[in-house]
Amino acid sequence: MHMRRMGAVLSIAALAAGLTACGGGDSGGGDQSYSTVIDKIKGGATIVVGTKWDQPSLGLKVGNEPEGFDVDVAKAVLKEMNGGKDVKVSWKESASSNREPFLENGTVDIIFATYSITEERKAKVTFGGPYVIAHQDVMVRQDDTAINSPQDLKGKRICKAAGSNSYKRITDPPPDGELDIDATTVDAANYSQCVQKLQGSNLDAVTTDDLILAGFAKQAQQAGGSFKVLGQGFTDEKYGVGLKKGDTKTCEAVNAAVKKLWDDGTMKKLQDQWFGGIQGLKLTESAPPAEGCA
Amino acid sequence: MDELIKYAPDLALGFLENVKIAAVGAVVSMILGTILVAMRVSPTPVLRAAGTVYVNVVRNTPLTLVLAFSALGLSDRLGLVFSDVPLTNSFWLVSLGLSAYTAAFVCEALRAGVNTVPIGQAEAARSIGLTFMQSLTMIILPQAFRAVIAPLGSVMIAMIKNTTVATAGGYLADSAAVMKITFDQTGASIPIFIGLIIAFMVLTMPIGFLTGWLSRRLAVVR
Amino acid sequence: MSASVLFDIPGPRARLRNGLLTVLGVAAVAAALYGVYAGFDAKGQWAAEIWLPFLKWNTWQVYIFPGLIGTLRAAAAASVLALVFGIVFGLARLSDHSWIRIPAGAVVEIFRAIPLLLLIFFIFYLFPTLMGGGDYGFVALVLGLTLYNGSVLAEIVRAGVNAVPKGQAEAAYAVGMRKNQVMRLVLVPQAVTAMMPAIVSQLVVLLKDTALGYIIAYVDLLNTGFNILPAAIFGALIPAAIVVGVIYVALNMALSFLATWLERRSRRSRRSTTPPITTGPGPIESGVGSAAVP
Repeated sequence: MHMRRMGAVLSIAALAAGLTACGGGDSGGGDQSYSTVIDKIKGGATIVVGTKWDQPSLGLKVGNEPEGFDVDVAKAVLKEMNGGKDVKVSWKESASSNREPFLENGTVDIIFATYSITEERKAKVTFGGPYVIAHQDVMVRQDDTAINSPQDLKGKRICKAAGSNSYKRITDPPPDGELDIDATTVDAANYSQCVQKLQGSNLDAVTTDDLILAGFAKQAQQAGGSFKVLGQGFTDEKYGVGLKKGDTKTCEAVNAAVKKLWDDGTMKKLQDQWFGGIQGLKLTESAPPAEGCA
Repeated sequence: MDELIKYAPDLALGFLENVKIAAVGAVVSMILGTILVAMRVSPTPVLRAAGTVYVNVVRNTPLTLVLAFSALGLSDRLGLVFSDVPLTNSFWLVSLGLSAYTAAFVCEALRAGVNTVPIGQAEAARSIGLTFMQSLTMIILPQAFRAVIAPLGSVMIAMIKNTTVATAGGYLADSAAVMKITFDQTGASIPIFIGLIIAFMVLTMPIGFLTGWLSRRLAVVR
Repeated sequence: MSASVLFDIPGPRARLRNGLLTVLGVAAVAAALYGVYAGFDAKGQWAAEIWLPFLKWNTWQVYIFPGLIGTLRAAAAASVLALVFGIVFGLARLSDHSWIRIPAGAVVEIFRAIPLLLLIFFIFYLFPTLMGGGDYGFVALVLGLTLYNGSVLAEIVRAGVNAVPKGQAEAAYAVGMRKNQVMRLVLVPQAVTAMMPAIVSQLVVLLKDTALGYIIAYVDLLNTGFNILPAAIFGALIPAAIVVGVIYVALNMALSFLATWLERRSRRSRRSTTPPITTGPGPIESGVGSAAVP
């Protein structure tokens, strides 16, 4: 009797250990044998790419891989960096609040996740690109007639997604902010939660980059929901490629790849594919000037 | 140590939020838990069943889901709004979500206490002609209450520790959220972590000692 | 004591009163259910297009199962480690040597007192500093769960061994067994039977607490099911919460039934002289028995 129980306990333990072991294959980005990401790409290793998983048309998890503009750009840039050969990619969700720690900790190798290049972030991250330029805009409910311009946000409730700086452009004066309007912020974990809130009554407006808003508005429209984007972009958000601070070698390679993809029309094609035909959206027409690697 | 001193005011404010949530949670969960246990021992099968279903569902749902659902589901989607001020609204959602969750455990602790009273006590009460309410209020509950002090203390301690999950309900003012935001800047800081733990222990340990002492003092000797 | 002992077989007046209470109870429950139904209806939560995706295999394959596997992986690893931790520290607290007993006691008491989420956050930020880059969501979650639940299990083990009647140990010493043999052959086997229900109840708590991984972006059921899924399937937040909730409740109830079954079995069993450890006043009340503390 006694032995039988011990056997049962042991077999449960073994089963549990096996379950743990078989799932434990994702190695993360902390591979010590490559000093830079470009070496890792050339070496044929699997690259961990951080994208959003919850932003339609940019990075949205729909199958085993996310899909969207950022995802396609990531694939094209990595392929270009590897001299036209495909790169093995493992996708990792990188919410706004996780981007800097993930790069710093080596959780991901490279980030394409609506990552605006700002002076503040440059202190922690090396940016390749920019590969496209977005503009901060405002999205409200379709039936909302009170908000027609960013200035109307005075006294309204706007969303503050963790790790994103967009709300500051409304509430703070320059240099950190822009408009210095007295609006109330509502905390949310990410922009898809902001959009969930906007559908209810706890939020009046979501304000962030027009590409992000356009993606959400398009998704809502297809599902019978109704939001409208004001179409009054008032900043330039340079979307960069996030790299671990100091990896200038990879950064140069990213810039070369981005330039090539603009020159051969790939970027324009991808942009039209995901955002073509949306009213009031100012798409990037030509290659944005590179920022330089630091 | 420097970072603890630098961020202490923020952390203290965050901890105060935990205390406030815990205060609401203690009162409301006790009331709800008592109502639930009354339902679960009542002579009405429907109420018994409703109480049982509530306790079993809530007890087996993660608190993280309860709080996330309160914020995103109940408030944002279904329109349960306590206040137009977003922060106040989150506070009440988190406090009441935590109360609804803890009430299931309060109910179970109380019910376990009722179960410690020997059957003979109830039988004796009935045999001298006491009604259900009389035997409950004069014989059973006074004895059950004593047996229940220590377990209730444990439930309250767990509830206080659970106030840190407020983050999941979108209430980013409590000490766990403040600690995470601080760690984003400083990296893991041992002094800050230990400081917060001590703050929580200062809150929970007296409850443990007090309820332990009371339950020993008031123990029904059998 | 079952509830029915509290009241007599009802007479005519009591029957009337009970009947009235039943009617009121049914009315109250029905009103509550209708309130939920109407609330959902008013906000369009019964719309087919947000429920139908849950009938599609793709939804389960892409969102729910990967998350569920993440949850079970973390729970399995943490359960095994917590049991080991609990046995080692529980027996260490029973040691005759104060240099073992006191440190073990301190470790157990401290980890039991720390709010679990703070512990998980701390490990999540500490590991990259100590060990270099990588993805530490899984490690932080499992280690946090192990330290906390292991400490609670240590108390269960200690109480279980203490609950074996003294005569058993005395008799074992009297027949010439050593301390090691007394523990291994006499006390622990009897204690295991008594501890089983309490241990399984604590494992339910552990399984539930894996949901804290959601907060550090570990890919668990709550993350894929409640965070990513509603972003991809527009408007499906409430259905997603209900589906995810049902899965958690079903998993935990299955484990709870196991606990109840074990308790009943050990009560019937005559091989053990030790009564099962359940909730009640005493040093081990927290996290033990049917009302395990969250």
